[in-house]
Amino acid sequence: MNETDTPKKRSFPFSLAIIIIIIIFSITAFYQAMNAYLSPSPSPAEGNYFILLGIVGLAMSAYMLLRTRRVAPQISLETQRVSTTILCEKCGFKKIQPFEVGDYIIKEVEPCPKCDEKMMITSIYREENEKEKR
Amino acid sequence: MSFVPEDGILGLVVQIGWLAFIVVSVFYGQRLQMWTMLREVGSSLTRFKAMKDWGRKTAITVVKEVGKKKDDPTVMIEEFLEHRVYPPVDLDPAGIVWKLEHVLDVRDDRFKDDVKLMAPEADETQIFNLEMMLGCAAALNIIYKIIRHYYLLGKKTMSLYSIMQVQMILPMLLIEAKAYASALKAISQGQPIGDGVGALVAAKLMHGYEQREIAKDTIVAKVPIEDRTAYVIKARGPGANVGKPGEAIKRVLEETEGKISTIIMVDASQKLEGEKRGDVYGGVGVIIGGIGVEKFKADESVLKHKVPVNAVYVREDMGDAISAMRKEIIDSVDPAIEKVKRLILERTNAKDSIMIVGVGNSVGIGQ
Ligand SMILES: [Zn+2]
Repeated sequence: MNETDTPKKRSFPFSLAIIIIIIIFSITAFYQAMNAYLSPSPSPAEGNYFILLGIVGLAMSAYMLLRTRRVAPQISLETQRVSTTILCEKCGFKKIQPFEVGDYIIKEVEPCPKCDEKMMITSIYREENEKEKR
Repeated sequence: MSFVPEDGILGLVVQIGWLAFIVVSVFYGQRLQMWTMLREVGSSLTRFKAMKDWGRKTAITVVKEVGKKKDDPTVMIEEFLEHRVYPPVDLDPAGIVWKLEHVLDVRDDRFKDDVKLMAPEADETQIFNLEMMLGCAAALNIIYKIIRHYYLLGKKTMSLYSIMQVQMILPMLLIEAKAYASALKAISQGQPIGDGVGALVAAKLMHGYEQREIAKDTIVAKVPIEDRTAYVIKARGPGANVGKPGEAIKRVLEETEGKISTIIMVDASQKLEGEKRGDVYGGVGVIIGGIGVEKFKADESVLKHKVPVNAVYVREDMGDAISAMRKEIIDSVDPAIEKVKRLILERTNAKDSIMIVGVGNSVGIGQ
């Protein structure tokens, strides 16, 4: 595995710089708005304008931050629950147990505890966890 | 009302800053969009890489566990993951199927030999399973590499369209990669997969009757069913294997001189989003998936002997088809058998000979 194998994240600091600049502008805009409202000759229209600028700037930077946030490499490889059904064809005795390596459908397994007839694996299936059901 | 405050230079700076920002986004908007896309692809790439690495690691662990080779098989496995198959040229397509079949046969033999070298202690079933598991790991590897290729190419050329293309297919590739990852998991343990539903139908029908090999890794049994004689065909289990159903159909038709009143094929079929998984329906025509060699052979020989082909299919999506068999799908086996029997009663007469072909991967399914 050499260097070229992994993607470099060179664009990350650049976008971070843009976000920081926008945040600084927004804060200055809010400061200006406060000044406009509280000055000896208040001008509410100007104050509103700066507040709008500030809000737009903050919203933009928040959006960009969300986009930049690195998605953790999470992969759903949680173990699946796979069950094996063993059936006695003579008396109908049925047993469901977790899958074991070596099991396969139509494999003869241990004799039936009730009638001593050979039992067979009749099905192997995966049960869905609730989350995956749609 | 004045937008430029008379009293403050600061206000002016803020406004100029905003103006500059707007100008920049007008002229460099596309570039910014590209950076965002690249970043998205880049972060997906790390996910694909994690999956690829997981696949490789799992493959190595399983091969070591099963094969008990004295020296480390890692290098061999890594070489295996990088293998390529070069299909024959299709400029002059006549006869290409046979060339393709030859290439695939060679590949199969090569893989089995490689796996035997990697895992000397593995039995036949395990060799089949290891081969398919390594195939899944190789698929994860190639998906990752293709995305990386377009990502790096997009970065190099800064072409919006090449980045857009890969960004657009990312969700589909992610579904595919997840399917391969769960296939790898199921097959490494020898669990039956959704694609095996046809093979399971055939297995249940032929269990207890005399079986023989009719084509490579494919078996046939003569089964009395509803007062008819059925030649039931499936791939040999319980190793991961799809057999050669097309070849088997051809040989049975030759053996019986075409005296087969109908062929019924059972297979899993791609469901559309919104359709219910595990539903069993029918149709006509040869239903064999894969690259097309087996379907071609079956098409040819049913035409030659003028035998009608009925299909019974079970709906499932790609993820279901190659991951451990879901409950809904195994529950559809009995309805599928019922459907086959109904077709036999409706379409054929007593004492007829028929063929029932269970298409699909026989991993985890005996007979
Ligand atoms: Zn019993």
